[in-house]
Amino acid sequence: MDNPYLPYPVRIEEIITETEDKNLKTFKFVFLNPEDEEKFSYIPGQFAELSVPGKGEIPIGIASSPTEKGFVSFTVNKVGLVTTHLHNMKVGEIMGIRGPLGNWYPWEEMEGKNVVIIGGGFAFTTLRSSIVYMLHPDNRPKFEDIIVVYGARSPGMLLYKDELAAWEQRDDIQMHITVDATDDPDWKYNVGFVPTITEQKITSSENAIAIVCGPPIMIKFTQPVLEKLGFPPERIILSLEMRMKCGIGMCGRCNIGDQYVCKDGPVFSLAQLKKMPPEY
Amino acid sequence: MENKVFSKDEWLEGIKALQSEYKVFVPVKAGDFHKFVRLEEQTIPDLDYQNTRLSPKSLVYPESERMFEFSTDENDPDYNILKEAQKDFGPQAIIGLRPCDAHGFLIVKRNFDNPEYKDPWWVRRYEASTLVGLGCNEPCGTCFCSSVGGGPFDEEGLDVLLFDLEDQYLAKALTEKGSTLLAKLDGGSEASDKELSKAEEVKKAAQEKISSKVDTSKLADKDVLELFNAPFWEDLAFACINCGTCTFLCPTCWCFDIQDEVYQKIGDRIRNWDACMFPLFTLHGSGHNPRSEKFQRVRQRFMHKLKYYVDKYGNGVQCSGCGRCVQFCPVNIDIRHVIELMNSH
Amino acid sequence: MLEYVDKIRETARKLLDSGTVEVFIGYKKGSVPMMNEPVLIKDPDQADILWWDSNCALNLCNYLTKRKEKIGILATGCNSRNIVTHIIENQISREQLYIVGVPCKGMLDHRAIKRAVDNKEILEVSEDADTITVKGRDFEKTLEKKEFLQSNCAVCRHRNPVLYDELVADLVEEQEGVDPYKDVRAVESMDPDKKWAFFTRTIANCIRCYACRNACPLCYCPTCFVDESRPQWVGKSIDPTDTMTFHFLRAYHCAGRCTDCGACERVCPVGIPMRQFTKKLNKDAEELFSWEAGLALDQRPPLDVYRPDDYNDFIL
Repeated sequence: MDNPYLPYPVRIEEIITETEDKNLKTFKFVFLNPEDEEKFSYIPGQFAELSVPGKGEIPIGIASSPTEKGFVSFTVNKVGLVTTHLHNMKVGEIMGIRGPLGNWYPWEEMEGKNVVIIGGGFAFTTLRSSIVYMLHPDNRPKFEDIIVVYGARSPGMLLYKDELAAWEQRDDIQMHITVDATDDPDWKYNVGFVPTITEQKITSSENAIAIVCGPPIMIKFTQPVLEKLGFPPERIILSLEMRMKCGIGMCGRCNIGDQYVCKDGPVFSLAQLKKMPPEY
Repeated sequence: MENKVFSKDEWLEGIKALQSEYKVFVPVKAGDFHKFVRLEEQTIPDLDYQNTRLSPKSLVYPESERMFEFSTDENDPDYNILKEAQKDFGPQAIIGLRPCDAHGFLIVKRNFDNPEYKDPWWVRRYEASTLVGLGCNEPCGTCFCSSVGGGPFDEEGLDVLLFDLEDQYLAKALTEKGSTLLAKLDGGSEASDKELSKAEEVKKAAQEKISSKVDTSKLADKDVLELFNAPFWEDLAFACINCGTCTFLCPTCWCFDIQDEVYQKIGDRIRNWDACMFPLFTLHGSGHNPRSEKFQRVRQRFMHKLKYYVDKYGNGVQCSGCGRCVQFCPVNIDIRHVIELMNSH
Repeated sequence: MLEYVDKIRETARKLLDSGTVEVFIGYKKGSVPMMNEPVLIKDPDQADILWWDSNCALNLCNYLTKRKEKIGILATGCNSRNIVTHIIENQISREQLYIVGVPCKGMLDHRAIKRAVDNKEILEVSEDADTITVKGRDFEKTLEKKEFLQSNCAVCRHRNPVLYDELVADLVEEQEGVDPYKDVRAVESMDPDKKWAFFTRTIANCIRCYACRNACPLCYCPTCFVDESRPQWVGKSIDPTDTMTFHFLRAYHCAGRCTDCGACERVCPVGIPMRQFTKKLNKDAEELFSWEAGLALDQRPPLDVYRPDDYNDFIL
């Protein structure tokens, strides 16, 4: 019998410190058994349980894109027992990954549409996966305009800085990078909160779908902006976070009403959420 | 399927003989209450009981279960690689469980054995189990099984149903598994028409003795958000002390936690029963807790059992009416009362 | 104690009506025999749901922690001592409370009563001043209440509230010459192996539901040590070592604070006599520091203060 709780063994291939406070690191993992990589076939928006034997598991969004072969990567914020231990681990160490878990962004629905991506803070991980996926030459023709609003507290808190800079140079993606505040005189992008920048930069909801990922406060204030722009709740897509253990809808803790965020989510449309108890 | 009659002595001797092929579990009196234990040489089964204090769910789903083991020794070639803990999933027979508790397994099965995922430990143990139920001649005043799709002699989820006919048991095989078990028992004789009609009488009398009734048929049509926002939850939750008594005694509560434990260089990944009553259950790493208030946790427990489950599976409530939580909630929060509140809202 | 009911209702009505208190905490009659439900009422018209009998044996002080309103509350001897402890430990202020004292003749041990009818199901219970009558499908039995008191009540030396604003009845006579620590001495006299066997047996049925902890007014820590994850002090499975650690450490945490109200044992779904642990520490507090918890608002518990003449024989 397949055991959905059994992690695939992986080796830490690379660790990148992303932010100036050193609380966010990206871990690149390589599967010990190549056939496991095949089994770990994922779609942007999904997550996995990172398993640190002796400490436990944590659910983390997959930051790499399925178009990137040979590894999977996750960006992890240092908050609790498992993440703190993970941050102290070294390249070459063995741990586990269990997944892919949960649903994904509505890729079929997004085809032929303008895609508006709105991200804040360290929740940008599955959005990074999505952008890399969409920009892949095989996929790019499937989507119309790709517009990204991404904000962090300060320039040093932005994730994936090199990639952001590279995307800025491209003409097949519109980037609107912003920070809450900065005293850096060389800062050449926006200053302002994500909802404000969204209001300034996004001009139309015409044939568009919005994917929003960020801290609760950002989501709360971005929602009315999108609604004002005319995005119907069906075309506002959110990815939620919850305390999770099993990741497969069995252990009972991550429910919102009759939906398990781990299995039925983490991706929900605002239209779906409006029918669910506001308990998240 | 056959109906066999055994004298009570014959039956007890018979189940002892089953030990060569099954792990046999029976209710025994242990202090002030009954519990299921593995039948061994010295065990004195006591089938003259109302119900066990804890439901038999632990025989399929132990309170603490080792899932995986691993070595944290960096010199070990399998360092940090999880391996399934070796266990015995051989046949087991649970003798004398009540029909409500068998119903409980069916309710829980929808969670642990679904089209997308199968919980390997629950499924293997459940599939290896033969459930020999004992009809309730004397249901408790707190039993409301007949209000939630069951009954004191309900057959659903059982492999064999026993009728206590004073000095005899009539054993009715309900499944292949049940027939197989009965075939292994010595003694017994084919039930006569007289015995069969006596069994029917016992069943009918028991059904009439169920005094506690509550209507669960309206819950499916209620609006989930209206119930969620109902004003009664805070008052209802006042007395709650947020302990795990209701959930741990319940045959249909299945929530669990996963924990790693390491002793020296040997580690185990363990799962333990958990409870939606505990604040830690939903506490995020960030400190945010979607159910930080007591009334939210109480609401979750009842909404899960009586609304979310109903909506998700379309197969009734997540409650088998055993009445344990009614009897043993330390502060007397009564699920029957909650159902009435939900009905009238 | 049934005669208290009318007086309790009248008092609660009066206090809510006059605005002396915003809420009143008492009991309402339970839906099953020998069970009552703590209740908070806000409206004088709700006063008639209040109830009192010999099965009001939880500790209502548990419901006071960090509340903000002006509160009326019923308090027996032990409950009032916990209120004192709560005030000392800044969990509630004296000014917020209007304490309605309930002189107590002891609560009933529902397990002992069930045992007296061979653990058959009790469907109906009625009581008068000295007796309780229990009825089941095929039996009816009248028992002397004083023979069936909870074991903590049988050795209680503070039946009367120690702090109150008004009483529902005249004070009752305190029990003289009780020996609360007979069972503790029996354990003390065991050799280590026997003691260990006793402890192991005592907690064997524990399911880690934490009803004992949560029913205890002393256990108000925002995060209990068993729930801490960094560091994780105790494993969370039902390994006997972890279970015992939980019970022992909890008992130590209650040292010099426990009033032996018995709520922990009353609520335990599997009948664990965890007072065997807390009482040992009560005994030590009494013998080493001449201390009984919750008797005075102006004294802090012994483990909370240092005095040069503190017991120090354990220092080598």
